[in-house]
Amino acid sequence: MANNHLTSESKQLATWYFTFAAIIFGAQLLFGLVAAIQYVMPGFLYGVLDFSIARILHINALVVWMVFAMFGSVYWLLPDETGIETVGIKLGKLLFWIFAAAIVVVVLVYLLVQVGPADATTIWFITEGREYIEAPRWADWGIVVVALGFVANLFLTGIKGKQTGIVTVLMADMIAFAGLYLAGMFFTDNISVDQYWWWWVIHLWVEATWEVFVGSIAAYGLITMIGAHRKVVEMWLWIEVAMLFGSGILGLGHHYFWIGTPEYWWEIGALFSALEPLPLVAMFIHVLYDWGKTQGGEEAKGSDVSVINNKPAFTWFVLNAFGNFLGAGIWGFFHTLPQVNLYTHGTQFTSAHGHLAFFGAYATILVGMMYIAVQGTNGLKVMKHTKASIWAVSMITGGVVGMTVALTIAGYVQVLVSRAQMGATWAGYFDGQSGMWFIQAMDWRLIMGAVTFLGFVFLAKDLLTTGKNPVHER
Amino acid sequence: MANKSVWSDNRFWQRSATWVTGFASILLIWLTFDTSAQIAMGNDQDLKNGVTKRVPGPTVINYKITYEMSAKRGHEVPVIGEKEKFFGRDDYSEEEAGALLHLGKLGSQAKNCMDCHTLLGNGAYYAPDLTKAWLDPAWGPDGAMQALTGKNTKEEAMAEFLQHPDQYPTHARMMPNLGITAEEAKGLVAFLKHMSSIDTNGFPRNFGHMQGAINGK
Repeated sequence: MANNHLTSESKQLATWYFTFAAIIFGAQLLFGLVAAIQYVMPGFLYGVLDFSIARILHINALVVWMVFAMFGSVYWLLPDETGIETVGIKLGKLLFWIFAAAIVVVVLVYLLVQVGPADATTIWFITEGREYIEAPRWADWGIVVVALGFVANLFLTGIKGKQTGIVTVLMADMIAFAGLYLAGMFFTDNISVDQYWWWWVIHLWVEATWEVFVGSIAAYGLITMIGAHRKVVEMWLWIEVAMLFGSGILGLGHHYFWIGTPEYWWEIGALFSALEPLPLVAMFIHVLYDWGKTQGGEEAKGSDVSVINNKPAFTWFVLNAFGNFLGAGIWGFFHTLPQVNLYTHGTQFTSAHGHLAFFGAYATILVGMMYIAVQGTNGLKVMKHTKASIWAVSMITGGVVGMTVALTIAGYVQVLVSRAQMGATWAGYFDGQSGMWFIQAMDWRLIMGAVTFLGFVFLAKDLLTTGKNPVHER
Repeated sequence: MANKSVWSDNRFWQRSATWVTGFASILLIWLTFDTSAQIAMGNDQDLKNGVTKRVPGPTVINYKITYEMSAKRGHEVPVIGEKEKFFGRDDYSEEEAGALLHLGKLGSQAKNCMDCHTLLGNGAYYAPDLTKAWLDPAWGPDGAMQALTGKNTKEEAMAEFLQHPDQYPTHARMMPNLGITAEEAKGLVAFLKHMSSIDTNGFPRNFGHMQGAINGK
């Protein structure tokens, strides 16, 4: 990148991670569009790129771009937090290329080979066929190596440099993040055992370690963007960690209602997952409180300038506070109690929650981190909104909220027709899918998906060009 | 220092976070030991002695499975009944049945079933839930699928459909041909029959009973 103001190698590496993440984000939306079209026109790409493959690519791209952006975020903030350059930067760069190359190979196999015979070679080289963690086993081991290298960099730097609360939380969180992946790397004939451990990866990642990661990033962002007081921010962070792990770890129980596990998970899952929205309220208040407090402090001194030095990034961070609470908290709580979940489990309700939660809780804050990186790379003192950044944020958010509402309505139809009325059979399923309200909801989901994709085009344009835009203060 | 409150002390919150996390983790590990014992697969002896397991052994394919309301538990549970032929036999040994189940479970992953269907309610929502597919009236003696595939038994109809799904369209959203061989199809049907015998705490509720309820007063 020309006009590069980065002196830190760690930050330079972070921009690699962010760039690759943004490309994969685009791929995620593209394959999501294919899958959405297939709901409306089932013949679309039939036999070429079937729904199952479009969906694998849609969801795995989501996970991968988020993991890349998370690694990028950590490499970005490490020099600021520890006061030193990241220790194993050469290792970090090597692992980046290994990780990126492995992903390209896996994607090509998904596109060109797709499925294999029912033997171990398929599991090792084509797909493990387990939702969200379909990556073949050779790639699993690669991911473990890359994750361990990343964790080593984080720990060696954290131990050598200054240990702030943010770095301490990240060190604990990332070791759990890497370790949990191991729970999903074995084969068993017993599908109940399979699902039991599978959720250790999926739930404990997303509803525990990823959320704590977001708390740390939000803390870093508030200190960087509005100059919030570190002691206050870190106190919130510790409270959030206590609440997130306190509710999220045993909230795992809400996945153990119907997979063959004992009934006591009903009570445990209901209680702890009902608590899960609370830390998200705390994160929501945290961001708005600190913003108001810092701005109010300035105003008390008679200054009327904004304390925010990066408007687009801060917009995405505030959206994170709202989106995390709404998508993960409220939409999650909708169907988390076993009495409700008995009917809503495995319907478009889950999909509605998934779309808003992943967007609100993770996509928003990671895009915010990309803007922070653009600001740093171009040495901007104050970064303002551009037309493209406003279009991007409006269309992506509007599109995702639109998809969520459409999928929620589709979920209602499924619950009423397929589940409550028809008893969940093959015929009952298709009666629900053929209902006019369901079909209309899926049309709207596609339209809103297209809006989201257009928003992404604006986002890509803005991230690439905004550094040169004269509106920013240098 | 005298006026400093514990509520604004970062060390207090740091310790709270550590204790809460540790406590939750230990509780989860303890529950995992208990659950693991309860969801371990049963064996042929259990089935012969009428011992109920949450996840029965693979030889459950030798028996008739139904899904019945349990007055005691307040929801439906799988009930393993008398012997029933499966591809013409009801005397699969533990090894034979285990090998079929292994092939079927592996096949379900190799063909990415979960990226269209849900299994135990988990997966994608593009195609019907397969948790109790074995008990679906559509595959039964009066169901549409036996007539459509021209087969005389549930398992043969299912195996035929799995091998040539594109020849038996049931909906505009057609299952693609995944190159499933005859042997793999047999394993997949065994896997589906085994899954229908897992005690899922009543999920999905009212399965199969409400068929035609709208017009069938």
